[in-house]
Parts: sequence; C-alpha cells; structure tokens
Amino acid sequence: MGRDEFLFLLLGLKWTVALSAIGFVSGCLAGLAIALLRTSGIRPVERATAGYIALFQGTPLLMQLFVVYYGLALIGIKMDAWAAVAVGLTLHASAYLGEIWRGGIEAVPRGQTEASKALALSYASRMKDVILPQALRISLPATIGFLVQLIKGTSLASIVGFTELTRAGNIISNQIFQPLTVFGIVGMLYFIMCCPLTIYGAYLERKFAASAR
Amino acid sequence: MNYTLDFTPVVEGLPSLLTACLGTFALAICGMLLATVIGIGGVVLRQSKIAPLRWLIISFVELIRNTPFLVQIFFIYFALPLTGIRLDPTPTAIIALGINGGAYAIEIIRGGVQSIPKGQMEAGLALGLHKGQVFRLIILKPALKAIFPSLTSQFVLLTLTTSIASAISAYELTSVSQRIESDSFRSFEVYFTVTIFYLVISWLMMRLFALFSARYFAYPVK
Repeated sequence: MGRDEFLFLLLGLKWTVALSAIGFVSGCLAGLAIALLRTSGIRPVERATAGYIALFQGTPLLMQLFVVYYGLALIGIKMDAWAAVAVGLTLHASAYLGEIWRGGIEAVPRGQTEASKALALSYASRMKDVILPQALRISLPATIGFLVQLIKGTSLASIVGFTELTRAGNIISNQIFQPLTVFGIVGMLYFIMCCPLTIYGAYLERKFAASAR
Repeated sequence: MNYTLDFTPVVEGLPSLLTACLGTFALAICGMLLATVIGIGGVVLRQSKIAPLRWLIISFVELIRNTPFLVQIFFIYFALPLTGIRLDPTPTAIIALGINGGAYAIEIIRGGVQSIPKGQMEAGLALGLHKGQVFRLIILKPALKAIFPSLTSQFVLLTLTTSIASAISAYELTSVSQRIESDSFRSFEVYFTVTIFYLVISWLMMRLFALFSARYFAYPVK
C-alpha cells in the first residue's frame, strides 16, 4: 500500500470523524429533549418517548439508516447520502442518549427535586441548576461508552453508499487486492479513535465508583 | 410529491422474508453459543497465572471492542481463506459474531466472577469438591446469574448486529430484503416492514432469555 492509498484512507477518516461529531452533538441535543420528556411526569408523553426509545433499541442501526434514507426521499426531502446518514445517526443517538440520561436523572435522589420545589425554583431552573448537572455527571461513563458505539456505527454509512473510512477501505482493497493490509490499517485507525475514549470512560467509572463508596 | 406506497412486492416476498427471519435467528443463536464459549474460556484465561496469556486476552477484548463489526467481518472474511479454511459467508458470519460477542462476554462474565466472594470458593474446596466442580457450580453459575441482565442486552445487540452480516451476503433477513428491494425498487416499503420484523425478533429474543433465566437460574440449585 502506497502513500496515495493511505492518504485516501485519511480522507475517509475525516468523514468518519465529521459524521461522528455531527451525530453526537445533534444526538446530544435531541437526546436531552427525549430524556426530559421521558421523565416529564406526563403519562402519554412518557409512554410515547418510551416507545421511541424501544423502537431504536430494538432494531438494527443499518435498518434505521435505510428507512431514514429512503423515507426522507419519499416525503420529498432531497438529501445527499451524507445528510441522510447524519439524520439517521442523530435519531439513533437521541434514543440511546435519552435512555442513558433518563437513568441518570432518575438516579438523582428524589429529595433534590423536593428541595428545589420547596425553594420555589421553576422547572427550568430545577433541571438546569440542580438535577441535570448531577444526572449528566452520573451518566458520563455510559455517555462516553455510547460515543464509542456511535463512532463504530458510522461504518454502516458505507453500506448506504457514503464514502467514509470503511468504504474508503473497501475501495482501496478492491484496487490493490490486499484486503488484510487495508482492513488491518482501517481497523487500527478506528482503534486509535476509540481506545482513548474507552480508557477515559473506564477511568471515570472507577473514579465515580470510588467516590460513591 | 405523488408517491403512493405499494406493499405488493413485500406481500409477495413475505414467505422468503419470514424464512429469512429464521436465518437471522439461527445466525444469532449460533453466534451467541460461540460467544458464550469464548466468553467463559476467555475469563478462565484472563485469571490465569501466566501473564502473557492475560495480556493476550486483554488485548483481544480491547481490539474487538474498539473497532467496528463491519471491519471485523471483512477482515475475517478475507483472512480465513489465507489460513486454508474455505467457508461460506454464513459460517464466516457466525465466527465473526462469536468473536465480537465473545469479547464483550468476557468483560461481562469477568465482572460477575469477580463479584463472587473468595470465601465461597474456599468453602467449596473445603467441602471436597473438585476444582472444576467449584468453578462450574460455585463460581460460574452464580456469576452468570448475577450478570444475566447485561448479558441479555448484549446478546440482543448481537441479534441486531446480524444485519451487518449482509455485507458479506450471509443468509439472513437484511440480505434477503436487499434482494427484494433491488428487484422491486420499493425500498421504503421493504425496509420499513423488515424493521418491524427486527423489532419482533429482538422482543422474542428478550422473552427467550427471560424464560431461560427463570428455568436455569431458579433456586434452590439442584
């Protein structure tokens, strides 16, 4: 494998990073909304969001990408493969992060909610200043764990036809007929992205477990 | 936009889609069995007194957990023939699923084994059980019981991961639906229906695990 081939892989890597970043950031925003709705205390809303989460956790990401990709075209929204994948990953991330943060919100002791109500804090202030800072801290290791899942999940964009790292690997491998070298390097590139995150997540988990004792 | 949904190709393809569901099930179950074997074996080696063995397992787990399944399955698909093993896509997919699920299973089961107090093992040995019996009955079974919920969700995830095996055209639901899609161009209708199928499959898997847990982990232990 020559220099040009490797540079082509790095170009794919750039798109993998971009997809992961967009999916994660917009997934965080939508996920926060899902988590808040899921814990809103309004029965029908809670049911609906629980269904939304179950739908995304019970089906393969690949199918979600397919349905979004063809579904958006169906309702008349013309989009690049790239934008459709970004939307698909955002929806996927919002469901998983919503569920992770729901757990975090529910793990904050009830007394905190009662105390902030007694202090006459508004809902917004109660969430922003009291509950969420604690809830997000509790769920930080799981959130980082999901980020790793999401980075790996972007590889499925290659099946929909978007040229990110894995598809770049496919193209190069078909050109130079060295699939093991190419996919070995592609795997290492993913590893370099994910491993520090995994280690950091495990470190946080140990730290929180120690401070909870 | 004047698009009318047309589910006729889906209805016509229903028999082959339903059979493909069985393919997905078979792929998932075989993958899980292999993952469980790798998981338990890996935990034993991970506790070994020989340091290089422990490092080997740790690197294996981290390598698998930090790379995408799609890249793993391509790698295995191209690597196996080089070692002289010629396999069809479906067995290859089972091996890939087993290796991937196995790495996660090692971490999960290890957590369970570590949660068993040491005194329990010593008590077993003091009662005159063999080392193997102690491991199987006193360590492994309570450990599996303790971590069964995490193992269940990991294995439901493995079931959903089988869809990626379509990339090497193993026989399962996604690859069959892709064939129907490319014959009919009714992409949304096909994939929407198949998504519902997956939802049912993962729900059934969860029920299956709940049943298994109720039977196998019911106390008193016989």
